[in-house]
Amino acid sequence: MPKPLVKSGAEIDGYTIGECVHAGGMATLWTVTHPGIDVPLLMKIPRVSEGEDPAAIVSFEMEMMILPRLAGPHVPSCFGTGDFAHQAYAVIERIPGTTLYKRLPDLPLPYEEARLLVAKIAAALTDLHRQNVIHHDIKPSSIMFRESGEAVLIDYGLSHHNHLPDLLQEEFRLPYGTAPYMAPERLQGVRDDPRSDLFSLGVLLYFFTTGERPFGEGETLRAMRRRLWRDPYPPRSLHTDYPPWLQEVVLRCLEIDPAWRYPTASQLAFDLAHPDQVKLTTRSERLKRDPLSVVWRRRFNLGAIQPRAKADVAAQIASSPILAVALDTVEGAPELNEALRVTTERILATLPSARLACVNVLKLNRIAIDKTLDEQGSNKHIDRLVALRHWATPLKLDESRLTVHVLEAIDPAAALLEFAEMNSVDHLIVGARQGSFRRTLLGSVSAKVASEAACTVTVVRPPRMAAAKPGAGVVWG
Amino acid sequence: MLLAVFSDIHGNRQAFEACLKLARAKGAERFVLLGDFVGYGADPEWVVDTAMELVARGAIAVRGNHDEAVNTTTESMNNEAQIAIEWTRGRLDVAQRRFLAELPMAVDEKERLYVHSEASSPQRWHYVRSTADAAKSLISTPAHVTFCGHIHRPALYSMSVTAKMTGLVPKTGVSVPLLRGRQWLAVLGSVGQPRDGDPSAAFVLFDTVSCEITYCRAPYDIETAASRIRENGLPPWLADRLSQGR
Repeated sequence: MPKPLVKSGAEIDGYTIGECVHAGGMATLWTVTHPGIDVPLLMKIPRVSEGEDPAAIVSFEMEMMILPRLAGPHVPSCFGTGDFAHQAYAVIERIPGTTLYKRLPDLPLPYEEARLLVAKIAAALTDLHRQNVIHHDIKPSSIMFRESGEAVLIDYGLSHHNHLPDLLQEEFRLPYGTAPYMAPERLQGVRDDPRSDLFSLGVLLYFFTTGERPFGEGETLRAMRRRLWRDPYPPRSLHTDYPPWLQEVVLRCLEIDPAWRYPTASQLAFDLAHPDQVKLTTRSERLKRDPLSVVWRRRFNLGAIQPRAKADVAAQIASSPILAVALDTVEGAPELNEALRVTTERILATLPSARLACVNVLKLNRIAIDKTLDEQGSNKHIDRLVALRHWATPLKLDESRLTVHVLEAIDPAAALLEFAEMNSVDHLIVGARQGSFRRTLLGSVSAKVASEAACTVTVVRPPRMAAAKPGAGVVWG
Repeated sequence: MLLAVFSDIHGNRQAFEACLKLARAKGAERFVLLGDFVGYGADPEWVVDTAMELVARGAIAVRGNHDEAVNTTTESMNNEAQIAIEWTRGRLDVAQRRFLAELPMAVDEKERLYVHSEASSPQRWHYVRSTADAAKSLISTPAHVTFCGHIHRPALYSMSVTAKMTGLVPKTGVSVPLLRGRQWLAVLGSVGQPRDGDPSAAFVLFDTVSCEITYCRAPYDIETAASRIRENGLPPWLADRLSQGR
């Protein structure tokens, strides 16, 4: 191994070098301290001496551009970078613990554990894609977890930032990355599709729940290219107890054509958070791989999956939002529910990849003991789910785009806000407060939601009636 | 230090005023003018006077093909450009014409090169249309960053030490770090006659310490600039194209 240019005890730009904690092919990692910074730090130093892989330099350049521009709990904080003119380095927060790679001896994981794990990674990807970055190297050794539970994505040397020059695009004739996890379109030179990360996450989910890598470990281009036409063995053919919903999710992530995968990481996270609501298609039933006739057709019609025109990452994500509509199916006025449907329909019409969550809050009493059954003896919860589906029927949404939820809560506004937060809802549609004396006293759910939600909120009112007179006791929210 | 770089002002007073105002508001400390002060627009006198003032106070300026055409008749131009240049010639006084005639073809300032068209042969007024054109310019200079204009469409190219090229259509308002260890060619959009589909006036801010470049757009009073072109009897297409940004 070439002698590192940096030694313990040396000082670079105010950082005192500690010990070398990792020496990889592309870079070395050192603990460092700085008098003004009290979090544990790591300094990443690329291998740039003669005879080293030129990829080390280019991928380090990408990392130096991207890391300082990222924010939030799902990325390591970056404290400083040094350029190649003096000593190239990046100082980042040291995340305690180990990467997911350490879990490989435990595979396959129980389905529930894998679901929760991958849901956290999907949430991290959602956040990364919203920052216009595609990771391009999602694999167990790129993933860590904070003590608070959030997944942290590390290593941005192969990443693509939609607003920065892509130095890797032209640098290498062959796709660069980790072979078992690489999305098929990457083999065709596509680097600007965030759904490539969903494919890699699908590989990880398949691997973690079956113990097998769906496309093997082949590193040659020939072995990698097979995934352009050959589908993996359905997990249910490997494990008879494999849940159909989980196979549906895994195989949707592993679709060859990115357009057939989840449109966004947040929609994948949504399905992982609500496995009972995943729409089961023939994917969930498959016990065999595609017949050879299909495989051969794909093999010799590769031109059919042409990489699409360059799309802006932000625009692509914005076109696939999660909408939630809050409905009062019991006390809500029919005109208001109709107005909510008209508004929802208009929003959906412009967003063919959006998905819709219909939410109803079953209000619990503060003091009285709540009965699950109503006066007629039917189950309130199920009644409301039925009512929500009934409301949504005229929207004619594909089932994979529609879910229904009944939340039980004392405070409806707080319940809606929590639902929006937990499910990364992009746009919440609520009805305005209705004109009743009691509700005026209780305050308005829509006002609280509109003022406190982190997402866009549309407050809907029924069409204004010509007969409404001022002072007639009608209070509009 | 924060540099504000402007190119292809083309006699458009309203656009140049808006850019200067926005650049100053963003803290620009020094100005660089990449040529083509005149041609197309109806306020060449004001634009040249303003450029002379800025240069007197330390700004850098280089010559563009339209600036050269004011003093020569050899430049081959399309019909509308030719009409505009002939009209412009009659508007400028001796001092203004001398200022344009004496502008340098390029200015080499430490690690930065300023030139109107590109660096390989500035007198030939080649356009940078592709990464191949950009490579030709980059290999002919040791400068870390070359700033040019001429094509009226913003682009940012880089060349690695192994001569691999990358190209980017920069996004407005996003700062891009121009890493050392590779060379960069920043092609500016036009202040006075944008042709990239966005009619607002284009310029660039460059932080010489962090080496970050930000492509900026300034909305301006297009209606007035277009009316001035029509009032002065210049070809109407020169007015019409301003609102289309083509």
